[in-house]
Amino acid sequence: MSALTAEVIGQRTRAAFPQVQPLATENGRPFLQVAPGDLQQVLRFLCSERDLRFDTLMDLTGYDLLKYPMVPPSDAIVVVYLLWSHVHRHKTTVKVLAPRADCRVPTASSIWPAALYFEREVWDLLGVHFEGHPSQKRIMSPDDWTGHPLRKDYLYPVDYHGVPHLRDGQHFEHVPARPGIPAVAPAPKKSTP
Amino acid sequence: MAEPITPAPQAPRDPTQTPGNQKPGNRQDEQVQLAAVDEFLAWGKENSLFYLLFATACCGIELMQAGGPRYDIDRLGMIPRATPRQADLMIVAGTITHKMAGRVRTLWEQMTEPRWVVSMGSCANSGGPFSKWSYSVLNGIDKYVPVDIYIPGCPPRPEALIDGVMALRERVRIYRTFGHRSTTPHIVAGADAPFGSHAEKDKPPEQAP
Repeated sequence: MSALTAEVIGQRTRAAFPQVQPLATENGRPFLQVAPGDLQQVLRFLCSERDLRFDTLMDLTGYDLLKYPMVPPSDAIVVVYLLWSHVHRHKTTVKVLAPRADCRVPTASSIWPAALYFEREVWDLLGVHFEGHPSQKRIMSPDDWTGHPLRKDYLYPVDYHGVPHLRDGQHFEHVPARPGIPAVAPAPKKSTP
Repeated sequence: MAEPITPAPQAPRDPTQTPGNQKPGNRQDEQVQLAAVDEFLAWGKENSLFYLLFATACCGIELMQAGGPRYDIDRLGMIPRATPRQADLMIVAGTITHKMAGRVRTLWEQMTEPRWVVSMGSCANSGGPFSKWSYSVLNGIDKYVPVDIYIPGCPPRPEALIDGVMALRERVRIYRTFGHRSTTPHIVAGADAPFGSHAEKDKPPEQAP
């Protein structure tokens, strides 16, 4: 019944799964990096282990590493699990890197049912396919939407159901030229005095 | 004491005809008021613009405030209705995404004629702050439903909404059931103009030199 530090949580997880890497972000927030193949076992271990007992999935989110200034550069999609234990009152973060070409991660909904909606959201916005999810479909965008908007290489829609997306033939500045639509040069930056 | 009202002197009637005030139904004790029917109906519609209880973003807060005790839009005969079948007016208050736009169109189609649409706020007018960098926001609800009154503002003050409603009442009165329906959108002057849209009216009269 005592909260464990992130260091101890990392050691306990590493004792069971040597391939898990306890790392820290640039601003010092610790996390556990897991390979997609080991994810379900590690999450089940974190949920059921007596001393860890992460019984709550607080959040499941993700982000795109493309164009992110990191060494070495990566184009993977990161899925982040924020876990919290009501029993021991400690928390941890688990990250898994899904390669962009084959963006597949096993589902966590069999461990925490709260993951059902979170995984639909990550699928909708980032295009990560969660294997084993009972209904993997979009949750915010319309069902017939194309692309996953929070990917860094997402192209904005020209129209939706024949309704143009912008007014009066305007076009997004940062989108590369597409057939039939001229690209607009970015507006010059204002110089601040 | 008020002076007694004396009837105006009338022209002498033709004695061969029955005087009008002697015909059945027109006697002093059974008079009826006559007016053009469509004018009367327009008067009723103008004074009972029931609006759809529908808001999608922060403009809805200003819409609620306009219905609150300080601005009390109910005094114009405007009562929110929770179903489009009973609503005459749709106030599109807030951001409309591409996903929502189809639903707005469905709600508009469920309203009975004559139906009116007020586009409230920059988001419903043109996408507002989301018009340039958002992938999901529709840039103006007028791409889906015909808009009668545009009210700029982010969000507009309740005064601006009431100003738009007054412009719409005028339009309803002119429409008169079988009359011509104006398709020209009306844009309420924004808060930047001094004294709102009445700046011209409020000018002091020019004085003689």
